[in-house]
Amino acid sequence: MTGPGERADEIAIVVPGPFATVQDLGRPGLAHLGITRSGAVDRHSLRLANRLVGNVPSAAAIEVTYGGLIVRFSHPGMIAVTGAPCPLELAGHQIGMYAPVDVQAGALLRVGVPAQGVRTYLGIRGGVDVPAVLGSRSRDTLAGIGPEPLVAGARLPLGREMSDPPTVDLAPHARYVDQPKLRVLAGPRADWFDAAALADLCAKVYEVTADSDRVGVRLRGPAMHRRITAELPSEAVVAGGIQIPPSGQPVIFLADHPVTGGYPVLGVVAAADLPLAAQCRPGQRLRFRPARGLVNARPDD
Amino acid sequence: MRILPCGGEALLVEVANLQEVEELYGRLRRNIPPGVIDLVPAARTILVAFDPAATGPARLRALLQEVSAGSAGRHPPATAKVAPPAMIIPVRYDGPDLGDLARLTGLTPAQIIQRHLHGRHRVAFCGFAPGFAYISGLDPSLRVPRRNSPRTRVPAGAIAIADEFTGVYPRASPGGWHLIGRTDLTVFDLTRDPPALLMPGAAVRFVAADAAGAVRS
Repeated sequence: MTGPGERADEIAIVVPGPFATVQDLGRPGLAHLGITRSGAVDRHSLRLANRLVGNVPSAAAIEVTYGGLIVRFSHPGMIAVTGAPCPLELAGHQIGMYAPVDVQAGALLRVGVPAQGVRTYLGIRGGVDVPAVLGSRSRDTLAGIGPEPLVAGARLPLGREMSDPPTVDLAPHARYVDQPKLRVLAGPRADWFDAAALADLCAKVYEVTADSDRVGVRLRGPAMHRRITAELPSEAVVAGGIQIPPSGQPVIFLADHPVTGGYPVLGVVAAADLPLAAQCRPGQRLRFRPARGLVNARPDD
Repeated sequence: MRILPCGGEALLVEVANLQEVEELYGRLRRNIPPGVIDLVPAARTILVAFDPAATGPARLRALLQEVSAGSAGRHPPATAKVAPPAMIIPVRYDGPDLGDLARLTGLTPAQIIQRHLHGRHRVAFCGFAPGFAYISGLDPSLRVPRRNSPRTRVPAGAIAIADEFTGVYPRASPGGWHLIGRTDLTVFDLTRDPPALLMPGAAVRFVAADAAGAVRS
């Protein structure tokens, strides 16, 4: 508890960079009210940042898009930076990614521009403690729910969402590859396409376009053609869903996807590979590969 | 009923029509299968999202088949059970599209309003925006497609119809439905729990209110 006149631990946003938001694991279980899950688009990196600083997995962190964030810490604390690798400077000294680092009161952290990937996560011991909306501190950019995107001068209080003192010194992390291969499972409307459509999708190379965002990764490449051209009554979609709009150019839904969609979903990117999709930059190429084993390997199948 | 794959953490159940969706959704909602984290009804489908650590697609498929078989006529439909009181929505029927609708349907604006008031309305599902409810029960003579050119801004509280549905715009947004009136009711409020007033399965009754918002009896 904070006594009268005593200021709680907080961080001040000096420069937010191109786009930065507070994100946690989102708002599951509200889709039937028209509210999408939202949360970190690279959930793997968010979880890792929280683990490195000894937070509970659901603690909120800062999702930094294309780096450029500068923050100042009011009190001593601990941070870990994960996701897209950026040069980091803390109080004038270079520090590393994917490791817990102690912070002194008044220290300035500068997050540079990532050489690879899109989203970098700044985890802070205790978690970002802005008011939760519907049980989550995530910014849903499509619906406009949750804390506003960060602006210069914003102050974010820190919370007490710790579990144990951190025990991991450095987390191993997979390198970002130039052309990731995303595992894809059958989607609900695969039968609206030719029988070979999923195999077809996996044989092609797609390029990520500049209008990709937290809603979805929009792709450019060989068009997928529908066999059934009737209008699809709106139906619920999932994160990872590969929707094929009339243009035939696939869209991979990310955390802020609309709850329902009116175009057929051909396949679904495996949840474990969605962070890779979320880290693809415009101009980068990606491929899909079939992942039937992921489901069939389950004991009850 | 068809159970369609939807990646590793969901199934999509498809049925013949909206009524079957409402019936099956009601049954599933009253007895949510273990491991299911969300049930999302839509026009012809229900998405069954699950935690893959707690259950699996084969187990869920079997459960869904069982629930569906149980709903095939042997039990009274969900609407016959004791239902919570209907959500009452006071409407000022002064929408700018009543004239267009009169031309499209061959009815007078007064007939359109009467038929809308007498529908047996129910929230079928939500979508489009947080708290936007697709309300079923529209009189068949009022079914018209969406407007050719959507409006860039429809005010919060606008009551609109399209296809087989009535909707209440939870906040100002673009929209392509025909506006028939407005309500002062706040249908979506983030500070409320639950935030949405109109939840799938809820019965809805539209009542006419005068310009001051008072309900006419």
